[in-house]
Amino acid sequence: MDFWTLFTIFCLSCFIGYFVVWGVTPALHSPLMSVSNAISGIIIIGALITAGNSELSFSKILSLCAIFFASINIFGGFAISQRMLSLFKKKEKK
Amino acid sequence: MPWYLSLSSICSAIMFIMAIRGLASPKTARQGNILGIIGMIIAITATIALPQINDRLLPLAIMIIGGITGIKIAAKVQMTSLPQLIAVFNGFGGLSAVLISLAEIISGSDKRIDNSIGIIIGAIAFSGSMIAFGKLQGIITAKSIKFKAQHSLNLILSLLILSMTIIFIHSHSVNLFYWIAAITVILGILLVLPIGGADMPVIISILNSYSGWAAVGIGFSLNNTLLIIVGSIVGASGAILSYIMVKAMNRSLLNVIMGGLNNSDSAQKQSIEQKLAKTGNPQDAAFIMENANKIIIVPGYGMAVAQAQYALKEMADILQNRYHAEVKYAIHPVAGRMPGHMNVLLAEANVPYENVFAMEDINREFATADVAYVIGANDITNPIAKTDSSSPIYGMPVLDVEKAKTVFFVKRSLASGYSGVENPLFFADNTLMLYGDAKQVTEQIISALENS
Repeated sequence: MDFWTLFTIFCLSCFIGYFVVWGVTPALHSPLMSVSNAISGIIIIGALITAGNSELSFSKILSLCAIFFASINIFGGFAISQRMLSLFKKKEKK
Repeated sequence: MPWYLSLSSICSAIMFIMAIRGLASPKTARQGNILGIIGMIIAITATIALPQINDRLLPLAIMIIGGITGIKIAAKVQMTSLPQLIAVFNGFGGLSAVLISLAEIISGSDKRIDNSIGIIIGAIAFSGSMIAFGKLQGIITAKSIKFKAQHSLNLILSLLILSMTIIFIHSHSVNLFYWIAAITVILGILLVLPIGGADMPVIISILNSYSGWAAVGIGFSLNNTLLIIVGSIVGASGAILSYIMVKAMNRSLLNVIMGGLNNSDSAQKQSIEQKLAKTGNPQDAAFIMENANKIIIVPGYGMAVAQAQYALKEMADILQNRYHAEVKYAIHPVAGRMPGHMNVLLAEANVPYENVFAMEDINREFATADVAYVIGANDITNPIAKTDSSSPIYGMPVLDVEKAKTVFFVKRSLASGYSGVENPLFFADNTLMLYGDAKQVTEQIISALENS
């Protein structure tokens, strides 16, 4: 893909982000941070690609470390979000 | 790119957008989070299925180890320590960006501009978040750490990084790339050190934003649309949150980043009138609240520190059930150490979210309230922000607690808040100070309410 295609996608995504985030209720700003944190762990797919090489090299070791940290980010981020959001859920029974 | 990768990318991107969209209301938020998880599973599965991936076992094993670590941390952490946790996770996001950029450059990628962006933003997000964590956790002093020539040093380092990056782009020297990473890590530390405790909501949001932009940089370098889409949404989210926080303090982003209010100057100008603040005891407070029809509770960081949210909820329950009072909660946008911190703590104590209001929704109700119960908060109620144009907090939107018939301040002392500005409300005729630990004072009120 050429630069301008990627750049177009980038600009449009910024707009989507802008409008979606303004729609988030202030009461859920903490979960917003943890959810966005978790999904920013998507860079793990970059690490998976660079670690996909079968030969062991320094570059591969770095990528494996990246996978480790990014997956803490992803799993931990979604887990803490779920925990927080379940707190907001309980009250609906009342 | 195989077709299934394109298809899965767009699916994941939509799921992630829906995950954030779900946060528009507590009712849809959990569903949204599940969609986010599904989106992540799709993206990872499709990537692993790529034909050019030769090694799948080791990366997957490491992912599982990391995943279990993350889930364990998330399950153990106390809700009061949420800001620290977010800071650490953020830092890990930045660190992975750094590692991926390094790995790519070492393995001979020619996307030098994109990887430079990834590594610089990632490194700042990493080291900055670690310092933020240290400050929130109390390992490093939460106070603003300033020294001479700080700004010039930061400027020199920034220029150094910039020029090194330009040389790197033209030379492709891997060693230079290591140096860029190292110096940027130092810059990240220096940038966060001068940020004081109450400015943490802003800085955490900014760092959150950075980890998104770092993902964008890596997305460009790998030609990966999903990384670009997700990265920009995360970047926008952090940017908007920091804008909201900065606005709620009537400050500029630059002012926060430069190390905040100039406390020493403003504090000494305060009138040294020896006024007397009226001190009450929990029994007085209980008596007044028994006869109140409408009570508004204003929590601040002090409530979080004292873990007083459960006691607060118990007190509210007694007032509602036994004395038929209307109890509401008023949340200032920058109360606590991260955006939405107070809401989570109150939700943890089972306070119904229908009773918790944002500042602009409840501010006019103080005029009809009998009691404002300010617990562990100070600056966000200071009426000087509305009247005194020479005050450093002038123009900051505040909660109009002084309009309530009686104002209780649960505080350890008369000391001024983070801004260093004295709060004249302490000396107002309708104010009663309740000195002590937020939780203990509230518990004493509860027992007084129960015994009457």
